[in-house]
Amino acid sequence: MACDTWRDKINAYSDAELSAEGMRAMAAHLRTCASCSSDLLSRLQLKRAIKTAGSRFVPDLAFKQKIQSEIQSQKVPASHRKWLPWLEVAAAAAIIVLLFVLLSARSSLQQRQAFAELADLHVATLASANPVDVISTDRHTVKPWFQGKIPFAFNIPELSNTPFTLEGGRLAYLDQSPGAQLIFKSGNHRISAFIFQDRTEHPFPAKDTRSKRLTFNLESWSGGGLRYFLIGDADPSDIHKLSELLRSASQS
Amino acid sequence: MPLFDSLYNFARWLTHDREEAQDLVQETYSKALKGFGSFQPGTNFRAWMFRILRNTFLTSRAGLKSGATVSLDSEEGEPLQPATEETPESLLLQRSSQQMVQEAIEELPPLFREVVLLCDVEEMSYQEISETMAIPIGTVMSRLARARGALRQSLAKKLQGS
Repeated sequence: MACDTWRDKINAYSDAELSAEGMRAMAAHLRTCASCSSDLLSRLQLKRAIKTAGSRFVPDLAFKQKIQSEIQSQKVPASHRKWLPWLEVAAAAAIIVLLFVLLSARSSLQQRQAFAELADLHVATLASANPVDVISTDRHTVKPWFQGKIPFAFNIPELSNTPFTLEGGRLAYLDQSPGAQLIFKSGNHRISAFIFQDRTEHPFPAKDTRSKRLTFNLESWSGGGLRYFLIGDADPSDIHKLSELLRSASQS
Repeated sequence: MPLFDSLYNFARWLTHDREEAQDLVQETYSKALKGFGSFQPGTNFRAWMFRILRNTFLTSRAGLKSGATVSLDSEEGEPLQPATEETPESLLLQRSSQQMVQEAIEELPPLFREVVLLCDVEEMSYQEISETMAIPIGTVMSRLARARGALRQSLAKKLQGS
């Protein structure tokens, strides 16, 4: 059960609706409070269950096509036609712009959904009593553990003389695809590195991205047929340093 | 067509009927095209479309019959329910089938159901939900908290009964 002080804020935190300062304060509290972390995990799990169950109804293709053709066939009354051509062009242009904006919004929504799933996985790791399936700081132990469990291989960088420590790894799933989650420590922060096979239908664009959700920073890139995601509340510059280490390792 | 699938899904939850949902979506697009001049660029298009759909439903015969505008007993001051009660949440959700969750959503009062669908299925912000439902953001927050608490209790009862 969440602490009394934070209980009335945890719902808004789960919806990423606190102010920037509020989100930071809650994130700082979550790092030290197992009960609030557990409460948050529960709420995120319920949100995901509602999302899945609520996305229940799909329109018939025939109905969709019917509406589309009705919209396209809408005619303008003849009495306005003499000064209408420029209006029709302007309206068509407006609709094209609108469709572009909405399609971009849809792509952005899919990206946010994937980001939300990764954030959930990262939070679940932080809140779990058993955050990793293979506990080791040795990359020569962690990497072979994944062989036979996921359909690809990846390299883990040498971390001596870096600010990062490997804590271990676990299996992870995104869009029902199996992948690897590596947990790194950087000071008091934990960073999850998710690695999946790169797919053309993936909601993330091919180019590198850096973004922010809740108080987590995300960096994502593709390389060698794999898609990498780093997520954590560490400073973006630390996350980027880790991404450079992983990129170098993947090229060796 | 943009938003079509989302609007249809929401319409089905509102009307509980496939043909009425189709009529509702058709009417929504018709009104949106006719009233496009009233849409202010820079404002939220998705909230605008969902507001048209919702208002069309509320003023329809099905909407008036559904009691979707009936206000809830109290919108303020209810203590927020903790997420973890007797049944551990993760256990609750592992044991709950998708059908069970759908039934629990169906059984919510309409105003609770709408706000949960807009937030967790459509992933609208509180501001967008406020614009769609024409309610203050504070009311969005309290309805969400109560709706989620009601869902947890409903799922716990269903699990005890199963």
